[in-house]
Amino acid sequence: MTFLLTGCGNEDLSALKPQGPVAEEQLFLMKLCLGVMIFVFLVVMVIYVYVLLRYRKRKGQNIIPEQVEGNHVLEIVWTVIPIVLLLIIAVPTVSITFNLAKDYRGHEDALHVKVTAHQYWWEFEYPELGIRTAQELVIPAGKFIAFDVISADVNHSFWIPTLGGKIDANAGISNTFYLKADQANQLLQGRCAELCGASHALMDFKVKTLSEADFSAWVAKMKAPPAAVPAAAQRGEQIFKDNCLACHAVSAQGLSVGPNLAGFASRSTIAGILDYTDENLRKWLEDPQKEKPGNKMMIQKLSNDQIDELVKYLNTLK
Amino acid sequence: MAHSHAVKRYSGIMDWLTTVDHKKIGILYLAAGALFFILGGLEAILIRVQLLYPDQELFVGDTFNQLLTMHGTTMIFLAAMPLVFGFMNAVVPLQIGARDVAFPFVNALGFWLFFLGGLLLNLSWFLGGAPDAGWTAYPPLAGSQFSGRGVDFYVLGLQISGIGTLIGAINFLVTIINMRAPGMSFMRMPLFTWTSFITSTLILFAFPALTVGLVELMFDRIFGGAFFDVAKGGNVVLWQHLFWIFGHPEVYILVLPAFGIISEVVSTFSKKRLFGYSSMVFATVLIGFLAFMTWVHHMFTVGLGPIANAIFSVATMAIAIPTGVKIFNWLFTMWGGQIQFTTANLWAVGFIPSFVIGGMTGVMLAAPPADFQYHDTYFVVGHFHYVIVGGVVFGLFAGAYYWWPKMFGRLLNETLGKWHFWTFFIGFHLTFFPQHFLGLMGMPRRVFTYLPNQGLDEGNFVSTIGAFLMGVGTVIFLINIVVSVSKKYAASADPWDGRTLEWSIPSPAPEYNFAQTPLVRGLDALWKEKMAGNKGMTPAEPLGPIHMPSPSILPLIMSIGLFIAGFGFMYHQYVLCIIGIGITFVCMLLRSVFDDHGWHIEKEELEKKGAEA
Amino acid sequence: MSSAHETAGRLPAEPEKATLEGRNKILGFWLFLAAEVVLFGTLFASFIALRNQVPEGPTANELFNLSMVAISTFILLTSSLTSVLATMALHRHHLNGLLGWMAVTVLLGAAFLILEIYEFYEYAHLGHKFASSAFATSFYTLVGFHGAHVLFGVMWITTLILQTFRKGLTVVTAPKFYVAGLYWHFIDVVWVFIFTIVYLMGKVG
Repeated sequence: MTFLLTGCGNEDLSALKPQGPVAEEQLFLMKLCLGVMIFVFLVVMVIYVYVLLRYRKRKGQNIIPEQVEGNHVLEIVWTVIPIVLLLIIAVPTVSITFNLAKDYRGHEDALHVKVTAHQYWWEFEYPELGIRTAQELVIPAGKFIAFDVISADVNHSFWIPTLGGKIDANAGISNTFYLKADQANQLLQGRCAELCGASHALMDFKVKTLSEADFSAWVAKMKAPPAAVPAAAQRGEQIFKDNCLACHAVSAQGLSVGPNLAGFASRSTIAGILDYTDENLRKWLEDPQKEKPGNKMMIQKLSNDQIDELVKYLNTLK
Repeated sequence: MAHSHAVKRYSGIMDWLTTVDHKKIGILYLAAGALFFILGGLEAILIRVQLLYPDQELFVGDTFNQLLTMHGTTMIFLAAMPLVFGFMNAVVPLQIGARDVAFPFVNALGFWLFFLGGLLLNLSWFLGGAPDAGWTAYPPLAGSQFSGRGVDFYVLGLQISGIGTLIGAINFLVTIINMRAPGMSFMRMPLFTWTSFITSTLILFAFPALTVGLVELMFDRIFGGAFFDVAKGGNVVLWQHLFWIFGHPEVYILVLPAFGIISEVVSTFSKKRLFGYSSMVFATVLIGFLAFMTWVHHMFTVGLGPIANAIFSVATMAIAIPTGVKIFNWLFTMWGGQIQFTTANLWAVGFIPSFVIGGMTGVMLAAPPADFQYHDTYFVVGHFHYVIVGGVVFGLFAGAYYWWPKMFGRLLNETLGKWHFWTFFIGFHLTFFPQHFLGLMGMPRRVFTYLPNQGLDEGNFVSTIGAFLMGVGTVIFLINIVVSVSKKYAASADPWDGRTLEWSIPSPAPEYNFAQTPLVRGLDALWKEKMAGNKGMTPAEPLGPIHMPSPSILPLIMSIGLFIAGFGFMYHQYVLCIIGIGITFVCMLLRSVFDDHGWHIEKEELEKKGAEA
Repeated sequence: MSSAHETAGRLPAEPEKATLEGRNKILGFWLFLAAEVVLFGTLFASFIALRNQVPEGPTANELFNLSMVAISTFILLTSSLTSVLATMALHRHHLNGLLGWMAVTVLLGAAFLILEIYEFYEYAHLGHKFASSAFATSFYTLVGFHGAHVLFGVMWITTLILQTFRKGLTVVTAPKFYVAGLYWHFIDVVWVFIFTIVYLMGKVG
């Protein structure tokens, strides 16, 4: 079973394929507990199988077995041994519990990210860097990421299985925890892990790990004023201003009710769940409710022409 | 001495609507529980059909959330708990040598409140949608801003059912404390009675916490209260504490009676007394106590801090000790015995590895750092189905095959029973074992779909096939029930060569249970007499007239009153609330003012039934 | 039906415990009170968690008038004393004493309720309403539940007094009064906690 465990799942999603030290520590504890539990299971099963075979009633057998009241020694054995086994589990458990509770905010080697969960999207703010994005969390590999996690509406839960366990995004109460990614140039999957409404299953997000240099470049790009809009996309820009700007900022410094779209065209997905293609972008703009029931995006019905122009414009938001 | 007042006796449907006989009430609980079990099972099948393949669109979004909420709520509150209460009613008074329970009227009221509460909850399907915030109903999602009227049905239906459960528990506590036959000290009670006793204690202390939580959620939703309204200073984590202070003991409320059934069945069908009886009693009491000390393990990811998490982690692991003690005691009860694989015993034997696996994953979940990965994923879904289905449901099936003759005077068919067992057992493991892996591989729970090629496809497929197999097994059981009605399955008083008092009276049990209260001379009271060469129990009193409580329609009417009030609250029609609560209060007044003198079964009737000792 | 009569000499010493039904009722009621302890305990826990959450509206310190609450407390505690006197009369098989002291208990309970209703009315006018804040909601729920329990007790004991006029003191009616006395003591104890945790702690902060 342990062998099975190590070979299961996708490298960007499975908790059994850790991509960072937190997930590794957690997998170690999982394997330790599992190992001890398998030992207990085997002991139980050996006795079980033996008893069922050896003492099953044979044909014609009709005796009254000896009525045994109990056995003090056995009772002590099967109380003390489990206690010892639990201690073996409990000591590393308590130790790792405290390790994982370290607060890396303010630490020089850590990046501070504030996560706000919404129905059904994720907002990421880098307060010390003055930038804001959504849906795709870009982080430097090899550095601690200190998270503050909160929700703007109902309870959600922030989970990147390959980097580590989850922390709840509670309404009104902020939580803090840390993660770290080992390797650069990975695209890892994130999930919402607390029932939050109709599209709870569709509240995926991505985590993009970059080398320190690439990350600095990305930050610089985010901080720079938005590039001039090419002529071909200017009609789309106007449609955007008329229909979308009320809820969506395009600058990483902008504050908006809906997901920030700075760098939108560089993201791997639309709305966290559709692969980024023009086809899918059109589908999303035509009917967001169909793709993510219950989501809060209110868009007017646009003509096919208008959608085409809008797509051209959105594709410039690199 | 004959009574001169008229004796109220009903027949047909009125008999069942007015009964205060614990044996009939037990059958009512079992029937209602079975009905809701089938309903909850259908909801599960629909969930699994939707998850058979990735990206399906059969039941999505809010519809799926309604299915999963109702599946959990129905199975826990309206199926498992009533089935447990059904056996407690059918068996406990017989096991302690009592003629009746302490409060027959309150017992009936408990049933009708449960039933009408469950009915109210399920009417939501037809009245605008079922609740869709999970069986755990966390605000703000369960608040009026983020969910519709469905959650009102949840809040009111469960309050009504919950009162029923609470008074039912009080009834059993007093019955067991005050009404045991002479010679039956606490340490001579059968294990099923012990577990019923501890379970009732757990209900007594856990249900009020749920009631308060539901009241607070109701006040927020219906009266604009601010318990969980963040903008007005409310705290959403408060709900979670209240819910789980109830919710954790609740799962022990479900499983302890199953443990009791396993003890009875394993002992009877090994022809041996229970190994380590005192340890088993002590372990049960310890589990009951520790049950209240572990609730935060449902909240490890809420951010309460490492100290709280560590304390509750250790407390949770501690519960594994008395539970393990029980497993070993069952194994050693069978050791040296003469094991008969009747269907009842197959279920008990199937329970052991299944529940142990569930317990193993429970210990794994108890470690907060690991739980940070497991929490709210299919790993947890696998765990709790292993302990609830592999533990509670297997125990209930064992109890059904074991006590069916005592309740109905008929045996269930053994061949169909074995088919039932094997299809359900195999289906169960197929359904829930893969789910542990799905969770670890990144599949959260309560999701209506998953993306293809994420490693989740095969596990979900197999899991759904397993669910169909469990459905087949359940259908076989229903067929068995129908088949067993025929005459050739008539049962004697003691078809299993039993050890406890319920097997010393005819099958089905007569209305008065015992013509003469038995004298108990030791643990396994009937077995003790058999080993001493006696045919039955020694009576502790001479044959005499037996006082019986009168039937009453008031419990049903009181429950209807609260049912009406529930609708009133939900639709803000407060006149209905006044009418409904008024009906209930008037019934209480009538009950207080008109004392029940009961009626008597005369000595001559008993003698006619050949009851002379 | 004759009017109430003394039954001394035919009733056992503790008539409420003389029958199995009576003993069952008393044990059952103690268990019910244990459940009520958990019920009020969780209401208290909710209140303690939320008592300082007043984004809008007056705070506890601003609202509470301890002298009025002291009067309510005195009334309720006295009613507990009178219910003890009633139970003592029960044990002396003194029907008129039992009914008389229970009647006084009921009147004091009603007086308590009138004061409390007046208190809530005042608070509502000062901007402290049920939906004002988490503090307000938890305050009204906790104190209101207690008040509802007092109201139920008043109605219950009244019906017991009225029916016992006709039935007299018997081994059937005795447990009813005994159990009602237990209930009344319980709500008195809850009030002591309310007075301390809600009002005193509210003033002290």
